[in-house]
Amino acid sequence: MDLAAAVLAGQVAAGARLIRWLDDGDPRGRAALREIYPATGRAHIVGITGPPGAGKSTLVDILIAQERARGRRVAVLAVDPSSPFTGGAILGDRLRMSRHAVDPGVFIRSLGTRGGRGGLSRATYDATAVMDAMGYERIFVETVGVGQEEMDVTALAHSTVIVAVPGLGDEVQAMKAGLLEAGEILVLNKADRDGHAQTLRHLELLVHLRTGTQAADAWHTPLLSAVASRGEGAAAIVAALDAHREHLHRCGEFSLQSGRRSEQQFLAIAGARLRERLLELAPELRAQVRTQQLDPYTAAERLVAALPGPDP
Amino acid sequence: MSGARPLRVLLAKLGMDTHTVGITVVAHALREAGMEVIFTGLKQTPEAVASAAIQEDVDVVGVSSLSAGHTRSLPRLARLLREAGAADKLLVAGGVIPEEDVPLLEEAGYARIFTMGTDTRQIVAYLTAWGAARSGALQP
Repeated sequence: MDLAAAVLAGQVAAGARLIRWLDDGDPRGRAALREIYPATGRAHIVGITGPPGAGKSTLVDILIAQERARGRRVAVLAVDPSSPFTGGAILGDRLRMSRHAVDPGVFIRSLGTRGGRGGLSRATYDATAVMDAMGYERIFVETVGVGQEEMDVTALAHSTVIVAVPGLGDEVQAMKAGLLEAGEILVLNKADRDGHAQTLRHLELLVHLRTGTQAADAWHTPLLSAVASRGEGAAAIVAALDAHREHLHRCGEFSLQSGRRSEQQFLAIAGARLRERLLELAPELRAQVRTQQLDPYTAAERLVAALPGPDP
Repeated sequence: MSGARPLRVLLAKLGMDTHTVGITVVAHALREAGMEVIFTGLKQTPEAVASAAIQEDVDVVGVSSLSAGHTRSLPRLARLLREAGAADKLLVAGGVIPEEDVPLLEEAGYARIFTMGTDTRQIVAYLTAWGAARSGALQP
């Protein structure tokens, strides 16, 4: 059986190898991805994001347990930053999920960002496609997110869970600036901590202000409390995820989102390829800019004007 | 960073041993050398480590052992990986492992045993050389 067929049959070793090839930019990965792509678009992709130390991995651990209790096969992509200096990374998220290591219904994969932006690696989209084709019903994508700059996971995911914790005043400010708008489910983790009630009231107000401006049939962001370290709160979060998935199906957004995601990825790939081509085409212009003979705007205009196709 | 293929290394601890200083020092040295290091957590069974190594599709599995029991659990992990068709992964171990146990572990499939007092630079150099030799062999 070739690799793509093995992935479609749900074999973990095959899926893991394909993700590796895609992560490494191995051309064999793209060939296999082409074969499995028609089998994608079924999985519910869920982003889990929030500041470092919010307990995201522990929360994912109890969500896995909850999904498994409902008999669902689930996958996890845990994305952590690579060092911009060495390219190395320490990927420790699965440590919190180690009790699921030998469960054949759970596939956990760690990815370094490898220079990717927005808290994601370039391979994150591809890795979700592989897990989707393997037949996992729900895929959790865990990323570090502090502000809007790091919220690319919201474009990847059908549903995004924002994880907040009590007493992080600055983080709450960051949420006002965008995190809250980005998520469909808001979870206050570590709800046994001091300051919990105050943070909860603050978040309730933000949710209320947002809801007040929305149409009646729009999705209203639920605010849920959890103590992931004690296993509390998972059932309500999974129920909210199910409700949001239903909502997306009802309004036709589920497949539209998948389509937009593919289109975004296409544009990103095409953009990167075009950039490489342009850099090959423009050594003289680049030299002239470097030596200050030409200003950057004029150089860019000349490059675009030299391309075939209609004038902009 | 396109085309970058960092070595992926799973670092694991087997059994009841909870000493983490050694494995943490090694993890940071490997990260500094540009490798991706995946931790599996403490008190793992050989089954859990083998499963994680496959899910993560790592190149190298490194086991840290600072308690007795390695003569059983380490060979068991090697066998599980072979049975799962993952014999292409490099197996190494380190920690408090008496010299007289080294032949047994090598026989079981461990390419190199880093005993107490090993400089992390030796580990980095060994893994880097292995990775370079392997990618050379993979070239058409």
